[in-house]
Order: sequence, then C-alpha cells, then structure tokens
Amino acid sequence: MSSTTEAITGGRLMVELLEEAGVEIVFGYPGGAILPFYDELYHSKKIKHILVRHEQGAVHMAEGYARSTGKLGVCIATSGPGATNLITGLTDAKLDSIPILAITGQVATDAIGTDAFQEADIFGITIPITKYNALIKKADDLARHFEEAIKIAMGGRPGLVLLDFPKDVQTQKTSVRKATALKIAPHHYERPKVKGDPQEFAEVLNQAKRPLLYVGGGAINSFASAEIKALAEKANAPVTTTLMGLGAFPGTHPLSVGMLGMHGTAYANKAVLECDYILNLGARFDDRVAKYQDFAPNAIRAHVDIDAAEFNKRINVDHILHGDLKDAIREILPFVKGGDRTSWIENIQSLKKNHPLDFDNSGDSIKPQDFLQRVYAKTKGEAIVSTDVGQHQMWAAQYYLFDRPNTWLTSGGLGTMGYGLPAAIGAKFGNPDKTVICVTGDGSFQMCIQELATIAQSKLGVKILLFNNNFLGMVRQWQELFYEERFSESQWTYNPNFVKLAEAYGIPAMKIEHKSEIEKGVDFFLKDSGSALIEVMIPAEEKVFPMIPAGKSQQDLIEFKDLGKFKK
Amino acid sequence: MKHTLSILVNNHPGVMSHVSGLFTRRGYNIDSIAVGVTDNTEVSSMTIVLNGDDFVVGQVKNQLLKLPDVLRVQDMAYASSVQRELVLISFSITENNRSEALTICNGFDVKILEMTEDSLLIEFSGNSRQVTNIISVLKPFGIREISRTGQIAIAYRNQNSV
Repeated sequence: MSSTTEAITGGRLMVELLEEAGVEIVFGYPGGAILPFYDELYHSKKIKHILVRHEQGAVHMAEGYARSTGKLGVCIATSGPGATNLITGLTDAKLDSIPILAITGQVATDAIGTDAFQEADIFGITIPITKYNALIKKADDLARHFEEAIKIAMGGRPGLVLLDFPKDVQTQKTSVRKATALKIAPHHYERPKVKGDPQEFAEVLNQAKRPLLYVGGGAINSFASAEIKALAEKANAPVTTTLMGLGAFPGTHPLSVGMLGMHGTAYANKAVLECDYILNLGARFDDRVAKYQDFAPNAIRAHVDIDAAEFNKRINVDHILHGDLKDAIREILPFVKGGDRTSWIENIQSLKKNHPLDFDNSGDSIKPQDFLQRVYAKTKGEAIVSTDVGQHQMWAAQYYLFDRPNTWLTSGGLGTMGYGLPAAIGAKFGNPDKTVICVTGDGSFQMCIQELATIAQSKLGVKILLFNNNFLGMVRQWQELFYEERFSESQWTYNPNFVKLAEAYGIPAMKIEHKSEIEKGVDFFLKDSGSALIEVMIPAEEKVFPMIPAGKSQQDLIEFKDLGKFKK
Repeated sequence: MKHTLSILVNNHPGVMSHVSGLFTRRGYNIDSIAVGVTDNTEVSSMTIVLNGDDFVVGQVKNQLLKLPDVLRVQDMAYASSVQRELVLISFSITENNRSEALTICNGFDVKILEMTEDSLLIEFSGNSRQVTNIISVLKPFGIREISRTGQIAIAYRNQNSV
C-alpha cells in the first residue's frame, strides 16, 4: 500500500507528516500519553509549539489562527482529561465549520478499555462533534489517517477532525510513510463541480426588482469576497451578512446593509421583509437569523452552498446551486444583468436613515458603542477583532465595520464564552504584523483568563478591551426584558481587580469609568505594538438593540426607539 | 412512510457508531438495521429501515453522505428491490394442535429446525409484511422467543422486471 523507506517511530512520523502538510504552528499541552510525540517535536525546526494553560485555550487558539489565516489549525492534548478539556472548543469549531486537526494521546493499545489511568474514550466521545475522527491502532496506518484527516478538515465544508494516538503507536517503528490508497470516497475531499444551472439561476436574480444578497460564513471559508463584491455591484443588489459572514462584503460599501438576524441592523431585517428575491450565499438559515418558514415572506429564495445537506434543511428554497461558493458565483456572473433598481436602493437608503443603529450617549457614563466606534476610527478598521460571547460581542459586530474577510473572529454557532482571548492569541501568532483586539466582557473573560500567561510567555502583542458591568450582561438583558427584572444569578458580587491581574502577568492595564477618559483610554490601549488591557466600566442597564426576541421573526424587531413602548 | 436505505460503508470499528449516532442526535428513529460485510472485506453493507416523509429521508441521506466512511447511499424503492428479513421463532404446541401448526408451517414454506413434544423452532424468511404475518398467525400457539435479523435489501439489476 505504500512506498517504504527506513523505519522511524510513529511519533517521529507524526511530526514529519505535520511538517509535510505545511503546519508551522501548533497549540498544545503535553502529558503522559502524548510524550513520545512531544519528544520528537522537541527536535522539529519547522514547527513552533505554543504551550497553553488549558486545553480549551489550545483549540480556540487553533481556531483563531485558522479563521484569520485560512490555514489548518492544529491543537494537541494528552489522553483522558487533556482530551476531554478540548471538547468545548472542538464543538465550537464544528458548529462554525473551522478546519482544525486535533491530536490526542491515548493509553497504550493493550490498556484501552480497561479504565486505565487517564483513559477516556475520546473517539467515542467526539463522534457527534467531529467531521471525522479515528483511533489509530498501528503506526503503519498513520500516514493514511493523516492524509485523510487533513483532506477532510480542509475539503468541502471545512471542519474539525480528531486523531487519537495510543502511546505505543507513537513508539512503534514503521516504514510506511506515504498513503497510496485512501479509504474515503473522493466526494469527501475533492472540490465538487458546481451542480445546477448557473444561467437559469442568474435569470431569476435578473428579474428581481428588490434583490438582497444574504452572505454567510461560507463566503469566508471559500475566499469568495471578491466574487461577492463583483456580483453585488453588477446586479446592483444590497448585501446583508450574518454574524459569521462579517467582512466577506465590505461593511463600508454603499450596498452594505450590515448584519441581519437577532441583533442585526433594523434596516437589514426590514430589507429581508421587503425584498422580492433573497440569495443566500454560504449561510445556513440559522435560527438566529431565520426563525420561521416565512423568512423573507415576499421573496423568491435561492441558495448557494457547498453542503447539500443545508438545502431545504430549515427553510424551503426555490432555486439551488450546489458547489463551492467562489466557483458558483464565477459561473453565475456572466449571466447577471444590471437592471434598474434605483427605487429599491433608495428604499434601502431611507430604511438606513429612518432606522439607524442607535444608543443614548447623554450622561457621563461610557457607552460601549461609543467606545467601539472610537476604536474603529483609531485602528482605521484594520484590526483583527475577536470577541467572547454576550452583549460586547453584538456591539462589536454592530459598531466595528469589517471591510475585509478573516478579520472577525467570533463564536457564532456554539456561542462559547471563553473563546475571545485564546482566539486573539491564535490570530496574533498567524498575523504578527496586525493589530489584534480581543473584545470581551467580565463574564466571558474569566472563562479562559489563564491564557494571559500564554501572552506573557510569548511576549505577544494582544490588545484586550474588557467591558465590565459586573453582570452577565446578555443574561441580564433577557431577564430585564422577559423575566420581569428578576436578575437570578447574573450579577457578579465579586470580580477581581482586572488591572492588577493583568499587571501580574506583565501586561500593562488601565481602568476608565467616565466619558472624559475615553480618549486617554483608547490611546493607552492602542499606543504601541505590545499587549495591553483596558477595562471600561459600562452601565449594567445598557442593552443591545435592535433585538428580535428569541423565537420571533423579523416582524417583531424591537429598536432602541421602541424600548419605551416595549417595556409597558 | 417506511423507507429502506442501503448504505455502503468502510468496514472498520466505529463506523456503526458514526452512522447510528447520526440518527440519534438528529432525532431520527431507526426501525431496523442490518449489517454485513460485502465481497470486499474492507466494505460493509448496511440496510436501515426508517419511518419518515420524503423530507426526513432526504435529510438522512444528505447527512449520511457527509460521513467520510459512507461510500454510497441508495434509497430502495420497494417495487424495484428485493427486501428480506430472517426470523427465528420458538413457539409452544400441544398434542392437539401439532398438526395444525405443521400445516401452517408448510403453507408458509417454513424451515423446521427443532421439534420437541411441546415446542417448535422454525426459521422463516420473507419481506417484513410476511414476517409480521407469520408471527401473528403463530401467536395464538404461545410464542416463547423471537429473533429477527432486521431487513436487508438489494435492488433488481433490471428495473423493468417488476
């Protein structure tokens, strides 16, 4: 089955295969069952290993690296608790279709199934959350499994793969170092041809009077931004993006209507109600966007996706094009005609004017929206921004306009608190010359706060923008609006001194509380290329608007200006 | 509506978990599942019977095809495929009804594997309806034990032959 050469250990081969796959950086944490591999990694001159403080950090770093660079992210853990600590991050990567290779150590093959020390059936545990996983029982199988795993992670709709290596497999000798026959079917890794009729597909768009493009995370994975821009401009069609699609179409483009969905702009959500044609480009009609079958009720619905299982999964569509988004748009483009859409564009402009993103900026307290707008101005919109999960995430999505793909890193599908800091670290390793900002909240930050040590150890320049309201802000918002202000367990009656904490890790930090300090704060935080933390105290009652209440549709959108009405 | 899916998968440990797990976590119910290796020892054939409308079955097919170990999924239309199930039934008989039982067995083309003074152990194969039918006919005798294989299926080569 293979070309044979001099026998080497499984661990050595694992390192060589990673090198051959072009992997330059891995994030991990050693332990007994993965030691033979780590011993070989010690000798590698090509692969840089980042030692994390918790395995969840390792996966999120790999995710941040993968999302910001478009390359494969690799994370490593030992058996048992090391492997199970990966689970949250792995599930996160699964839901957001991020290409990740997770490598775990396993107890020796003769001990598997005996409840051995640090044994967990990570193969079984991760079946539901991986795109592919395997337990490798012989060093001879290593090469094939590596090739299959990497092809599957990067191929089609990208995703997460996990390979589990018993300790003795890492020490076994093998001379099989190249797979000649893969056991998986080609459709799992070959780039699919576009299926459907691009001309007919484009005709429907041409006939539309009020078309709207709805762009999702698939646009980022497919590197299709240029094609989407060309399509929007040629068709003269406004573009809205999902949370995952931010940056796939320039947020400052005149045709941009911003983000749609639960906390999307009012004008995007209203455009969805008014459009007569909606073209989904690599999104999945997620439930935070499209609540009912009557999504875009007046529109013909069309969908382009690489994953055939997404067609008609939640929302029925009228026209389908199956294939890689970039290829598909290239095939549609020649048939797309401009058409006069002046009144539709004017309609969008008046929606934007009459239903802007809004907040009350009177008073002395610092409003996070205001602060983010200033960070946007100061960085000229060129930073890579990661977020945790909660109100700060939505404010960042709304007020930092993303013009480029791969600059917005957020946990969209799983909504994982603790994602932001390690994701920023991974992104900074992948983009050392760019400004990387982690926008976080006092709740989320404490979930992976130990990775401050990883920043310190690598002398990394990650900027941390911590909005502190001494609450789980989004939980509080829901409790205020839907649970009659019963703030059950959402208030932190203890928070650490975040400034001192950052300083304990050698990271310069500053806290601001009043509007008069904003300029000083922004300057301090972004002044040089080093790490810094700015703690911004914000009012606990500040809310994210617009908002579509959970379970409701675009029709039920609440804007900032409706708040008074709603509270009665 | 019942659907029969014939699925070719890689024959190695964990594939069964991958397939059945997919059904579990998406809330689809499996009526029967039968697995056996094919002439190629690296490939197994699975026959899964499930209840669901065309939407559910379409989803199941699409999701199955996403599993790397799944090589092919075929939705077997009842009319253009052979569908069989094997059942072993042990049931009670008495001196009085023994000949009646044997007549039934004869009529159903049943293979008798063991006969004792007070019991019969039989083997029967047929489509699911026939299997269910023979079980209900034998029920009055007093069924002691039943073991069904679950359904297997294969498409006719000539789709016009039926």
